Amino acid sequence: MVDVKRIEDLTVDLLRLAVIELPKDVKEALERAKERETSDIAKANLSAILENIRLAESMRRPVCQDTGLIVFFLDVGYGFGSVSGIPEAIAKGTKRATEEIPLRPNAVHPISRKNSGDNTGSYVPILNWSYVEGDYLEITAFPKGGGSENMTFFSMVKPGEGIAGIKRFVIDSVISSGGQPCPPTIIGVGIGGTADLALKLAKKSLLRPIGQRHSDPEIAKLEEDLLKAINMTGIGPMGLGGNVTSLDVHAEYAHCHTASLPVAVNTQCWAARRATARVYRDGRVEILSHGR
Amino acid sequence: MEYRLKTPISESDVRKLKIGDIVYVTGVMVTARDQAHRRALALHKEGKPLPIDLRGGVIFHCGPVVRKKDGEWEMVAAGPTTSTRMELFQAEFIEAFRPSIIVGKGGMGPRTAEAMKKFGAVYCDFTGGAAVLAAKAVERVRGVEWFELGIPEAMWILEVKDFGPLLVTIDSHGNSHHANVAKAVEENKPRVYSMLGVSK
Repeated sequence: MVDVKRIEDLTVDLLRLAVIELPKDVKEALERAKERETSDIAKANLSAILENIRLAESMRRPVCQDTGLIVFFLDVGYGFGSVSGIPEAIAKGTKRATEEIPLRPNAVHPISRKNSGDNTGSYVPILNWSYVEGDYLEITAFPKGGGSENMTFFSMVKPGEGIAGIKRFVIDSVISSGGQPCPPTIIGVGIGGTADLALKLAKKSLLRPIGQRHSDPEIAKLEEDLLKAINMTGIGPMGLGGNVTSLDVHAEYAHCHTASLPVAVNTQCWAARRATARVYRDGRVEILSHGR
Repeated sequence: MEYRLKTPISESDVRKLKIGDIVYVTGVMVTARDQAHRRALALHKEGKPLPIDLRGGVIFHCGPVVRKKDGEWEMVAAGPTTSTRMELFQAEFIEAFRPSIIVGKGGMGPRTAEAMKKFGAVYCDFTGGAAVLAAKAVERVRGVEWFELGIPEAMWILEVKDFGPLLVTIDSHGNSHHANVAKAVEENKPRVYSMLGVSK
């Protein structure tokens, strides 16, 4: 069994990496966005974003003050062994990260609005477990900002409306969001399953690097069409007008009931923070994101 | 036009500002999000004073990352939050406390724009998420009020130097850059729908 202290330390390291350094694909997409913009306001906003990214890296500070609600994706290999003690280690690491990096304490009681002060609480940090072939545990830190998470939409579309119904719901969601989720965004779309699964797939699709298309050609085509349409709206960076409203659209699907067509949209701001590492049975740790 | 303004900012200076202008602010800036707006208005209703006079001041929709260094608070990261959440309170807030500039991101609604026209105030966008850029313009944290609301929701009193660039997006003459963009997006909609093969 892997030493849980190792997982606690890795939790701090992954959160630090995630909130300070954006992944390469995100930075490159923002650079390309700046080249495609023509208006002064859009260009000025993208320049500020890129300058801010450089400053955050050189000063070792969080790239955005909203360091998110703390979310992790955990892919456990069937051969990895026991995960006993790992949720506790991740919670401990999250508390330490809040102090050491520091992060903004964001977790509040939903009714009293009382802040726990350390980014933990009921169900938080949020752990999304899945099982995969292999003898490792893959951990992705995915701190999720509130402004973009607020731009989440769900609809039970009528199956008779077909793909046009899906497209209309997604484009209307993006248009109604305007500048609120800090565009240029990444739009995550979950199609099918049950209502809860559609929302989860929408979020999970945001883990995929920018530019990577879905392996199913029909879904890949949907992603491309939606991206093109979103960037024709004119919402632009920060909703101040421009050619680049989204950097990418990612969709995932699940089979669904013959009577249903659930569609979920989960929005990611430009500060698309994620950091991934693999932990092997022997305790070896390999950082997969950030070219390390 | 580009302006460099010092707090407190007079009504005649604010009335000069038009949408599309760039502003850099020096002086005192006070953070306020949902909870601070709510508390300020509750105090006002009871006839009690705020911890700081906001007349001619700058309100920043922001919940910062902070740390304590040698007994002094330091702004680590301090970008704007989504302003539409404050639409619930902003018009009454402007009437009660008469700030000159509200800084946030994403714009605000018609009630706020109306109050800005009536009482002489503007709304400015600062690039969302550009938190380190913003924190660099904070010279000192003068104090913090209502700390029990939690770090993001507390009222942070900041001394800033050339805080900006701020883009004026709602002025005191009834103009809104956000409303203009929304109108353009609405006009693009038929083209967008037809590209997707979606009927109107």
